[in-house]
Amino acid sequence: MTLTPTPGQTVGPFFHYALPYDGDRDLVPPSTPGAIALHGTVYDGAGAPIPDALIEIWQAAPDGTVLQQPGSLRRDGWTFTGFGRASTRRDGTYAFSTLVPGPTEDGAAAFFAVTVFARGLTNRLFTRAYVPGDEAALAADRLLASVEEDRRSTLLAVADAYGLRFDIRLQGEDETVFLRFPGH
Amino acid sequence: MTSQADITAEITAIEADYQRSGVEETQPRRDYPPYRSSILRHPTKDLHHADPETIELWAPCFGHRDVDPLEADLTIQHSGEPIGERMVVTGRVVDGEGRPVRHQLVEIWQANAGGRYIHKRDQHPAPLDPNFTGIGRCLTDADGGYRFQTIKPGPYPWKNHHNAWRPAHIHFSLFGTEFTQRMVTQMYFPGDPLFALDPIYQTVTDAKARERLVATYDHDVTSHEWATGYRWDIVLTGSHRTYMEPQPASTDRDDA
Repeated sequence: MTLTPTPGQTVGPFFHYALPYDGDRDLVPPSTPGAIALHGTVYDGAGAPIPDALIEIWQAAPDGTVLQQPGSLRRDGWTFTGFGRASTRRDGTYAFSTLVPGPTEDGAAAFFAVTVFARGLTNRLFTRAYVPGDEAALAADRLLASVEEDRRSTLLAVADAYGLRFDIRLQGEDETVFLRFPGH
Repeated sequence: MTSQADITAEITAIEADYQRSGVEETQPRRDYPPYRSSILRHPTKDLHHADPETIELWAPCFGHRDVDPLEADLTIQHSGEPIGERMVVTGRVVDGEGRPVRHQLVEIWQANAGGRYIHKRDQHPAPLDPNFTGIGRCLTDADGGYRFQTIKPGPYPWKNHHNAWRPAHIHFSLFGTEFTQRMVTQMYFPGDPLFALDPIYQTVTDAKARERLVATYDHDVTSHEWATGYRWDIVLTGSHRTYMEPQPASTDRDDA
């Protein structure tokens, strides 16, 4: 049996009192040893920051383990669940406090799975934020290899003083590469 | 300011083009100019094919630690009864193969009976209801079922064009068994006269697909002298994970 999926719809302008929750963006408390900021700005096609976007991340643990731990909605401060949600601020920026995900298999490139929602965006978008540094793993990554070279950098987080920076551009010259999964 | 007639003409032209194309669409168009806010907020390049890998083949896990069962009742969050038509909305969340999405998070949010959100950006001069916040959460049961008790939301005006009104709707946020199934959508009510006029509902260009966003009135869900009942089943995009894959480590679920 194959069923036709229900259509998506925009998250709209009024999600802020519903979807954000205390601790949503802190996968670990920022004071945790090894904690980094995964942060960036979400831009529209005119280069203006988007103040009403919602970003979600889903990631492996630093040792590459895929977790199935409840507790993302009621953080206890020490359980790492791998899921986080951050609404953009008035200046279009978002930030998570998290740990750097490890490769899930030997030699694999580590990445954050990222979902983007926004007012004006009629259906969610998926992308990946790859962890920089392991050049061999990144060079061997199937998805990165399949992307035109001049767009590949849109999938790479950039190390900075706070941790990792990952800007998202919904439209335009340097538009982020968004993903279509087969059957989705 | 653009008139409803102008917007309706744009909607009609897009749908006519769609029908001529003969290629079935089941999801909304991201490039849909009648919804003005979409113009600068849709990708112009094709989405890039990706085979889901590792983390993408799993979804975040939520349990009873995360969600209080009382959060599924939006009518008991304050000291008094909210104003409006008390209603129950229930249904199942399944994947593209019809398999139930078990013990997974469903989040909803909505306007009150007067069409007003508690959100500070909502300046529609309809009354706030001190007994209604309009947010709910639940975990699906072992059969993928969910159930909320709430108040029927009202339609409300918005600024897309002159005299623009949204059909009454409830926002739904859904997770599947893998991250690629994550979605946010809106549930509508049968027979709403605003459907044809609404450029958000109409972002789905296919009439049959639009109907998948509309709940069904179900008298078996309606309860005697208490609440009306609606049923709405949700199908997530197909699941790729096979049952041959190893289980991940540390499955300390508290909702098993």
